[in-house]
Amino acid sequence: MNRLVGLFGSLALLAGVSIPAGAQNPPARRIVVASKPFGESYLLAEMFAQLLEARHFTVDRRLGLGATEIAFRALRTNAIDVYPEYTGTGLLAILGERPSPDPRQVFRQVAREFRERYGVRWLPPLGFQNTYAIAVRRETAQRLKLATLSDLARVSPTLSAGLTPDFIGRADGLPGLAKAYGVRFGSVRALLPAVKYQALAAREVDVIDGYSTDGFIARYDLVVLQDDQHFFPPYEAAALVGPAFQRDSPSAVSVLTELSGLLTETDMRRLNRRIEVDGIPIPRVAAAALLSLGLTRDVPLGTRPTKDASRGGVFPYLWSQRSTIMSLTLRHLLLVGVSLAGAIAVALPLGLALERGRGAAESVIRGVGVLQTLPSIALLAFMIPLLGIGVVPALVALFLYSLYPILRNTYTGVRDAAPEAVGAAWALGMTPGQVLRYVRLPLAAPVIMAGIRTAAVINVGTATLAAFIGAGGLGDPIAAGLALSDTRMILSGALPAALLALLVDAVLGASERLVTPGR
Amino acid sequence: MLRAERVSKRYGRVLALDAVSIDVRRAECVALIGESGSGKTTLLRCFNRLVDPDDGRVLVDGVEAAELDPIALRRRIGYVPQDGGLLPHWRVRRNVELVPWLRRMQNSQEPAERALALVGLEPAIFADRWPRELSGGQRQRVAVARALAASPDVILLDEPFGALDAITRADLQIAFDGIRRELKISALLVTHDLSEAFLLADRIVVMRQGRVEQEASPTELRQDPATEYVRQLLLRARVLAA
Repeated sequence: MNRLVGLFGSLALLAGVSIPAGAQNPPARRIVVASKPFGESYLLAEMFAQLLEARHFTVDRRLGLGATEIAFRALRTNAIDVYPEYTGTGLLAILGERPSPDPRQVFRQVAREFRERYGVRWLPPLGFQNTYAIAVRRETAQRLKLATLSDLARVSPTLSAGLTPDFIGRADGLPGLAKAYGVRFGSVRALLPAVKYQALAAREVDVIDGYSTDGFIARYDLVVLQDDQHFFPPYEAAALVGPAFQRDSPSAVSVLTELSGLLTETDMRRLNRRIEVDGIPIPRVAAAALLSLGLTRDVPLGTRPTKDASRGGVFPYLWSQRSTIMSLTLRHLLLVGVSLAGAIAVALPLGLALERGRGAAESVIRGVGVLQTLPSIALLAFMIPLLGIGVVPALVALFLYSLYPILRNTYTGVRDAAPEAVGAAWALGMTPGQVLRYVRLPLAAPVIMAGIRTAAVINVGTATLAAFIGAGGLGDPIAAGLALSDTRMILSGALPAALLALLVDAVLGASERLVTPGR
Repeated sequence: MLRAERVSKRYGRVLALDAVSIDVRRAECVALIGESGSGKTTLLRCFNRLVDPDDGRVLVDGVEAAELDPIALRRRIGYVPQDGGLLPHWRVRRNVELVPWLRRMQNSQEPAERALALVGLEPAIFADRWPRELSGGQRQRVAVARALAASPDVILLDEPFGALDAITRADLQIAFDGIRRELKISALLVTHDLSEAFLLADRIVVMRQGRVEQEASPTELRQDPATEYVRQLLLRARVLAA
């Protein structure tokens, strides 16, 4: 029992590690710049951030937020201040309006409706469009004589498509495409952006949805089919600015308008290629772009080319990233430790209480179990209106996920602990408190520890998803690496996360043996 | 020492005890026998208030049990369950010291060691062992020692030797009988083993469906079964020649 208490004490201690970064009081308002999880969004957000920093504003980066839903909710609720968005996405995915072919009109419409409905402002567009690009391998295009989407519709039943889940569901995606062109693919597979190009190159699928400014289109030598019936609405990129930011820092907002109209589609394709094909770090590409646009005079420190090769083996890369990985690992451990400590503090007493009043036990435990069935991303998204983005909602979500295994194991562990020993202790005159303290808890300790161990290991994995709501941790490089199709970057998050899971499992496994009675 | 007067207990629609009266006199051993479900364990548990009867009176040493604090009552009465019920995470010593410790006796070690020696387990050898390091017979000896450690006047045994092999059981029965008679402890013994009842008990109470079928000394019972049921019971146990 004392060992158990000591263990919880050390977990709490672990949870008490100081919170890194952003805790000190800022001299001026910090501007929170965010992006969605794909290469171009990272790049534009980084350009926003560096431009603001060059003008002496203080910036917090929350890059790679889940997707449109999460990023926009965060913006509306002032959890973030600005992120790059596309007018077409605003029109169709956020407003749920019908598409329109005229870029000017689309911009006017989203600008007006976003202001009226959400108090959110579209800055004048950056100058380029990035629309959906339906792409095939060059060989496929030549063999089937494909140049337009109308050509594609003709042969679509013989082709298999690999599309992002987003595209499959959206009105301006596959359903609309089917209606406008009569496209009916032989098969459709949902693929994440990170793998769809590889799947196409490997001939696993024949058609994918890309973005017209993708660097990957050049990298894989793909043919983009022409939208001859102008189905896809104009997707003009622009900075989307939240309500509080406009009010608090009009000067910073006007700095961001300096980028308006400066970026052409050719520019973007070139920049995206440098990131996605050449593997140059995003901050460096952003710095060079701002310099060449004449918006900055100098490249900021830390974004200059360093000696280590940008291409190379996984382990040299991991080694070069060791200090980043270390701080991400600490942040990860913090997320897991605090949420786990909270879950223990709630689930353990609750499990004991339920054991005393068994009538309610099963329904309460099942209720908590339902939380477990919520998809992590969905749970994280629900948190945003209540708790914003960042560490707090991530902690709450991880806390909720940890409850069930601990609660279930505490309850059943105490309930089923050596009934004959409990019966004898009772018959020889122990009080209910003594039976719990001296018999049930010590005998249930290994089972309770096993529950804590399960929760901890699940938590280490789930915490990688916290990156999608800007909580940091080892999910950051995983999300960014997925967006950029950069395996080394993914591994720089995934490998430490896996090692951490093994380590946590081993440590808690050892303490499980430590609390096993009568060894 | 123990007395039940017209005690009834109902579980839902089942009448587990139907106005049962028994009496255990000082330094006497009474065996309760009967089939499973006859109510013998329920009756036993009334005496240390693990079961509170719906009707009737239970007296312990002349005082009504319902008036006594159940925790304090249990600490006064020795108890040996069928499976020993040793706490697996406590060493033998701590198991045997349990009741003296609960009763906050000044020195719990001495009575524990005395009790261990009494049941034939050398404290120097066995006191620091874990229960799982003992044989079934040794575990049951420890359970008896634990019941005796606080020197109770009365002890309840619920099929205490039922799970043991025949030779070990016989050893323990003889050892227990010797100790009980020497210390003049009253005992109420639940058993389904008639030969055990005949060996250990001064009087035998045959129970059937929550009622006392017959109460008699072993000799009387053998010579004069009160009912056909008792006669069959004795026949099956080969206590009575066919």
